[in-house]
Amino acid sequence: MTDATATLAATPKTAETETPLALFWRRFRRHKGGVAGLVIFVAILAIVYIGPFIHTIDPNKIDIRAKNKGPSLLHPFGTDNLGHDMLAQVMAGGQISLAVGMTAMLLALFLGTLVGVMAGYFRRLDGPLMRLTDLFLALPLLPLLLVIIMLFRDTLRAAFGPETGIFILIVFVIGITSWMHTARIVRGDVLAVKSLEFITAAQSSGMREYRIVLKHILPNVLSSIMVSATLGIASAIITESALSFLGLGFPSDFPTWGRLLFDGANFLQITPSRVLWPGLAISLTVLSVNYMGDAVRDALDPRSMSR
Amino acid sequence: MTRFKILLAGTVAALAAATSAHAGRGTDGDAKILFWQAVSTLNPYLSGGTKEVYSSSMIIEPLARYDETGSLVPWLVTEIPTVQNGGVASDMKSITWKLKPGVKWSDGTDFTADDVVFTWQYCTAPDGGCAQKAQFEGITKVEAVDKQTVKVSFSEPKYYPYGAFVGAQQPIIQKAQFKDCVGAKAPGCTSANFGPIGTGPFVVKEFKPNDVITLTANTNFRDASKPAFASVTLKGGGDAASAARAVLETGEYDYAWNMQVEPEVLETMLKAGKGKLVNAFGTQVERININWTNPDPKLGDKRSTVEGGKHPALSDPAVRKALSMAIDRDIINEAGYGAAGKPTCNIVPAPDVYISTANDWCLKQDIAGANKLLDDAGWKKGPDGIRAKDGVKLSFLYQTSTNSVRQGTQALVKDWWNQIGVASELRNIAASVFFGGDPASPDTFQKFYADLEMYTNNFDGTDPEKYLTEWLCNKIPSPANGWQGQNMPRYCNPDYDKIVAELSKTGDLAKRAELVKKANDMLTAEGAHIPLIHRGQVSAISAKLEGVRMNAWDSELWNIADWSRKK
Repeated sequence: MTDATATLAATPKTAETETPLALFWRRFRRHKGGVAGLVIFVAILAIVYIGPFIHTIDPNKIDIRAKNKGPSLLHPFGTDNLGHDMLAQVMAGGQISLAVGMTAMLLALFLGTLVGVMAGYFRRLDGPLMRLTDLFLALPLLPLLLVIIMLFRDTLRAAFGPETGIFILIVFVIGITSWMHTARIVRGDVLAVKSLEFITAAQSSGMREYRIVLKHILPNVLSSIMVSATLGIASAIITESALSFLGLGFPSDFPTWGRLLFDGANFLQITPSRVLWPGLAISLTVLSVNYMGDAVRDALDPRSMSR
Repeated sequence: MTRFKILLAGTVAALAAATSAHAGRGTDGDAKILFWQAVSTLNPYLSGGTKEVYSSSMIIEPLARYDETGSLVPWLVTEIPTVQNGGVASDMKSITWKLKPGVKWSDGTDFTADDVVFTWQYCTAPDGGCAQKAQFEGITKVEAVDKQTVKVSFSEPKYYPYGAFVGAQQPIIQKAQFKDCVGAKAPGCTSANFGPIGTGPFVVKEFKPNDVITLTANTNFRDASKPAFASVTLKGGGDAASAARAVLETGEYDYAWNMQVEPEVLETMLKAGKGKLVNAFGTQVERININWTNPDPKLGDKRSTVEGGKHPALSDPAVRKALSMAIDRDIINEAGYGAAGKPTCNIVPAPDVYISTANDWCLKQDIAGANKLLDDAGWKKGPDGIRAKDGVKLSFLYQTSTNSVRQGTQALVKDWWNQIGVASELRNIAASVFFGGDPASPDTFQKFYADLEMYTNNFDGTDPEKYLTEWLCNKIPSPANGWQGQNMPRYCNPDYDKIVAELSKTGDLAKRAELVKKANDMLTAEGAHIPLIHRGQVSAISAKLEGVRMNAWDSELWNIADWSRKK
């Protein structure tokens, strides 16, 4: 333990020669899986966001005469049973799925970190906040989602329109149901960091509590937050898929990877590519993000600094 | 493990049956049935859903049924009353049913005329919210002449007197069991609603709402050699395609109801050779109901009720007509139904005498015509391409149940409506919720908290009279009647009410047909709904199941007592 303390305290000094970012990048590159994950993730982002400018077919264009077609030059991923172009659908679906994943992850991360730090740092809040976390963990997710969607759908639809409204709702629903693990991990880390000498030193120097949290605690628990973040994206994309699968997510003409997979399942024997591509996209995104998270953790882990 | 036991028991039973020349009761093991819309109650008087009516038809039975050709067969009675045999009074104001002697309830007690009278009292009790109330329209009195005779009297001459107690929608329930469940107390009687005592071939063993029903053969059933199956497991939930797969491709189930699956998908499944599809064209019509009342959430409790006011855009007949004109029904049929459907513009699509051709303009898509109609009506396209008038936009919420064919149809229809400057937001709701009839849920088709909704409905038997009463002004669902009326579009036209009233007083078949056509044409022309597809009823049956007579006029499970395992 004393070893770790020493390296922690020494962190700023080793970074004098190179900026923290460069150091991080050097360490990140050491993790081969992480680099591969990054390349794939960037490639997916590029295809999803830049692709539609090259492959310009409207994802919702219906061409019933060209239904259930296999891959061709005009439709590289084939078409579905209504004649939608699958490549355009996968790209449009990716934009939504990734946006939902990222935003929901950020929300979950914010909530989780807030609760975790508060619970870990302020002894009096620890009990109530952790019981709250337990409460959320114990809640059955599906009935909760049903109730939330039933209660707020119409209000949000009226306020923001159907698409933004349901986007906000889904991000919110995923966010507030997936912050608990982050909160637990962060709390544990904060408890460990809090008992270290440099925190006591900061406290005795008369530093304000919120500054201690921001300047000393947060940077030291950042690695676990980053890992939760990467895992969060993956689970948010999967949760959104599950919601679409149950018909609770976006409207049916709003392609997301989860919905494409759901709709394509019946046509597995006729046009396998309908399931293959969205499925592959989800798996690759989740996998690449996980590897990146792994690499980020290694790169930020203070204990690996000495090696 | 239990499945293995059942299988073993089934095999043993099948072997035993194979050795005996005449199959006896309960010799063929377990019949496994799949309903992809799960059953939420076994009391059809509390839910108008087809799934509830069909599943309960194995347990409780009506006095007479329709067979697969649409003709009446006596079921719990000795014969069908007619004027000739004296069963129907010559002034057409009463009908007398003679009950079959010796019929017993599954608890061993006698089935008597009192039970029939009670069934009428049960459904017509005030504040009861009976889903089948329309079927008892015009009845002044149901009385037990003696233990075996029931007399039904009508307020006016009823020329089609076979409405009440005929067909799967109005089975007889036991007085002893339901006597404390009348009126407002009806929904609270859970044990009775979930396990009605009946005269049918099967008895409820266990009922898990929205999940699975286990039934065993009724030991008091009137035919000692039936049913051939010892038990029935009716599993609910899932989706149509996996239900089809379980019968056609893997052979795990014997029967799957309502195969609303894309034709090309079914075709691939059929190649496995484990089962076949049976199709019967009855009176099912897939339609889009148009909400004539305002579903705006701001109205709170008044939304989608007559008190909430008229719909701001859909109350314009031009809009309703344009929505119908823009649709290409041939393409919907090709994409979603294939041989199991044909385009229609009628809400009464069969039998032949009632088929009207007055609205056949709708069979041909006319985008230009629809555009012109809207232009003329003053709906001008805005910068976003969506038409508006006086600040009201033609932007609609279009809901249906979750089913890939329905979502496909939604996508197609949305595309066509886009072309006439009408925006639509699609919503799909799980079938068990949408058709569940739960008064607490905002997503049921009765509440209709949307502008448009799509589903299928049909009528029992061959006479559309009581079906047409569903569009009467007093059948509009509202909080006051527990959302139980069948008039989903909230359509109300005194002229229509008059036609239906006249129909009930008309005996001459040709005249009746004329009135039915008139009522049917009125509904489509005025735009209570947009009829899309006359759907055949398609079910999947295992190659190992015998005796299924696919019936589009009554419950599909009407003759389950005759079903047996192929030896």
